Amino acid sequence: MRNALAVIACLALLAAASAAAEKNVCLDCHSQMDAPLKVTPAEFAQNIHAEKGLTCTSCHGGDAASDENAMSRTAGFRGHIERRQVPELCGSCHSDAAKMRQYNPSLRTDQLSQYKTSVHGKRLAAGDAKVAVCTDCHTVHDIRPASDPRSSVHPLNVANTCKRCHADAAYMKDYKIPHDQYAAYSASVHYKAMHDGGDLSAPTCTTCHGNHGAAPPGVATVENVCSTCHVFQAQLFDASPHKKAFAAAGLAGCVTCHSNHRIVQPNDTMVGTGANSVCTNCHAKGDKGYQTAENIAGRFATLAGEIAESKQLLTRAAHSGMEVSDAEMELVAASDSLTKARVSLHSFNDARVEEDIAAGLKTAKKTHQEGEAALKQREFRRMGLLVSLATILVTVAALAFYIRQMEKDNSQS
Amino acid sequence: MRYAATYVRDWLDERFGWDELLDPLRHKVVPLHRLSYWYFLGGITLFLFIIQVCTGILLLLYYRPSANEAFESVKYITTQVQFGWLIRSVHSWSANLMVFTAFAHMFSVLFLRAYRKPRELTWVSGVLLLFLALGFGFSGYLLPWNTLAFFATKVGTDVAGQVPGIGHWILVFLRGGDDVTGATLTRFFGFHVAVLPGITTVLLGLHLALVQKFGISVPPRVEEEWQYRPEQKKEMKFFPNFLLREVMAWYVGLGALAALAAIYPWELGAKADPFAPAPAGIKPEWYFLWAFQTLKLIPSKILVFDGELLGILGMGVAGALWLALPFLEPKRMARGYRLLTGVGVFGLVYMFTMTIYGWVAK
Repeated sequence: MRNALAVIACLALLAAASAAAEKNVCLDCHSQMDAPLKVTPAEFAQNIHAEKGLTCTSCHGGDAASDENAMSRTAGFRGHIERRQVPELCGSCHSDAAKMRQYNPSLRTDQLSQYKTSVHGKRLAAGDAKVAVCTDCHTVHDIRPASDPRSSVHPLNVANTCKRCHADAAYMKDYKIPHDQYAAYSASVHYKAMHDGGDLSAPTCTTCHGNHGAAPPGVATVENVCSTCHVFQAQLFDASPHKKAFAAAGLAGCVTCHSNHRIVQPNDTMVGTGANSVCTNCHAKGDKGYQTAENIAGRFATLAGEIAESKQLLTRAAHSGMEVSDAEMELVAASDSLTKARVSLHSFNDARVEEDIAAGLKTAKKTHQEGEAALKQREFRRMGLLVSLATILVTVAALAFYIRQMEKDNSQS
Repeated sequence: MRYAATYVRDWLDERFGWDELLDPLRHKVVPLHRLSYWYFLGGITLFLFIIQVCTGILLLLYYRPSANEAFESVKYITTQVQFGWLIRSVHSWSANLMVFTAFAHMFSVLFLRAYRKPRELTWVSGVLLLFLALGFGFSGYLLPWNTLAFFATKVGTDVAGQVPGIGHWILVFLRGGDDVTGATLTRFFGFHVAVLPGITTVLLGLHLALVQKFGISVPPRVEEEWQYRPEQKKEMKFFPNFLLREVMAWYVGLGALAALAAIYPWELGAKADPFAPAPAGIKPEWYFLWAFQTLKLIPSKILVFDGELLGILGMGVAGALWLALPFLEPKRMARGYRLLTGVGVFGLVYMFTMTIYGWVAK
């Protein structure tokens, strides 16, 4: 009996201790308040910090377990945190490698130092409280890991997060920078790859500008940004005559032809001397570059035409029931050569481009011959069928005649 | 030439009684009436079966029954072997035509009431031959190891796996494991070129022997007419008169096969990839489409029973009843055969409608 009482008493004590540990008087009041002071337990429970065991007091100080001391200055209550204090407050944990290791050892701890090198950080240090601080991008009480699709910094949401300030003409007015980046990016091949194609590795704002150390790439460094993905194009460009010429003219590498935020799907009409050509922005008729552009565009068109013709031929053969899957596979190699030639274009050397074009043409011609052979074979089969059917018809007619004659003879006899 | 033929015939006659062997053929007659043309269907089915055997043997010279080589070997036959495309295409088209003519032959026998005493076993052996033809179709479909065949086999063997009690055992037996793999291909190849032909040869021999034994049935209505007007009764010698006409029909069948093979060569498709998702709208061959569509339309639950299971059991029972049909004709009921004819018409209309529905359904 005595043992049983002792057990019950222990359980009661444990329950009381547990209730005290879970008690959060901050949420009791703030869940009843209006925005921006409103924080519901449900909202806070999804916060990555709450998941890791942190509470309101971890940032705001005070005592969440006590009604009396909840907002007591002696208990360290800080209350509202000024925007200019936010980076340092976040950094107090996120820059402490020893502290962060216990939550997520793989998380970087250089965010604050990077932030201080960013345009945002520098302006904040200079007293501009309008620039982005940690909570502007990561939100305040609804912070989720970047891998969570609901997070404001998930790759799919980054552009929308940046857009909140950078597409707001009134907000950006004082900074005298364009505010059409998001509109331009929305029309880009990168946006389509990310949002239509679901490719989360496609570039978004932070891929080129950096996240915590966000800064616009300069004219000299923009090529380094693009080359992180477009390696071959960058290598060819570096070795090309355009490298020096662009530098001398103060033109940035890639963006001069491809634009920066509005990078549309490149196509062959961008090369050459036609209406959509970017070459004619600098080159005029009579100069060597103009001639090279014209040559390269002509060769692109030749190969593309050969591929299209072979494809048409093979499709006709396939629709006739001919087995041309090997030729169709080879034709993919010809298309690959055209793609390679489009990359080689960045050398701006027609001989270099011609190597890929010649390889593509050789394959395309071969598949063309295979398509012709398949159609020839189809004609042969049809001719064979005609002969066979004629033979069958003659045999059937002969049989019918024979039967008739036989039965006539039998009836007479 | 004529001397040589006479010499061979005399030689055979001296040793095996050749003339005696051929005697039944000489006395065999075929009734002549307004429905006689239905008699050609059995012969055409036999002709297509012979085509299947011949082209199948030719395909065997190059076909390799393993998951790694099957597709490539069929591709090699189609693209590299002289007239390989023709042999493969004729084999595939002939298989489909044979199933069609076998079905047509079965329904003609049903509607002409040729299953009646003493021909009950001729019906049973014929229906079993039709089931074997479907088995040939199902096992042969997988052999090119292309995407459609792979997933159709998966669906088909899944259905077999639903049979209560022994379903899983049947599934493992058919697949050679839990999944459709190279082991299934080897197994299906074995069924297709050894097991099924062996059983078919025996049953076909029995079927033809029974046809020879009992002669060709005359529809009851024609029989009645002949009783009242004996002068209208007409017959034709099987050899050579009917046989020559049958040969004419075979030639026409050969022409149709040649035209289909040359104008619409049988597609090879893409090589099966067991790790790829099943293509959308996958369907079995046309002769299984009615059953497939029926199973698709059955609700997942009927009262407390699994709908698909009930469907499979229902089809099994229907198949068994169909096999035993000659024994089920109500003899005591006046014009009881009309009931069976009604069942036959319903079966035909149902299969036709469901096949069209399955064809157009997404």
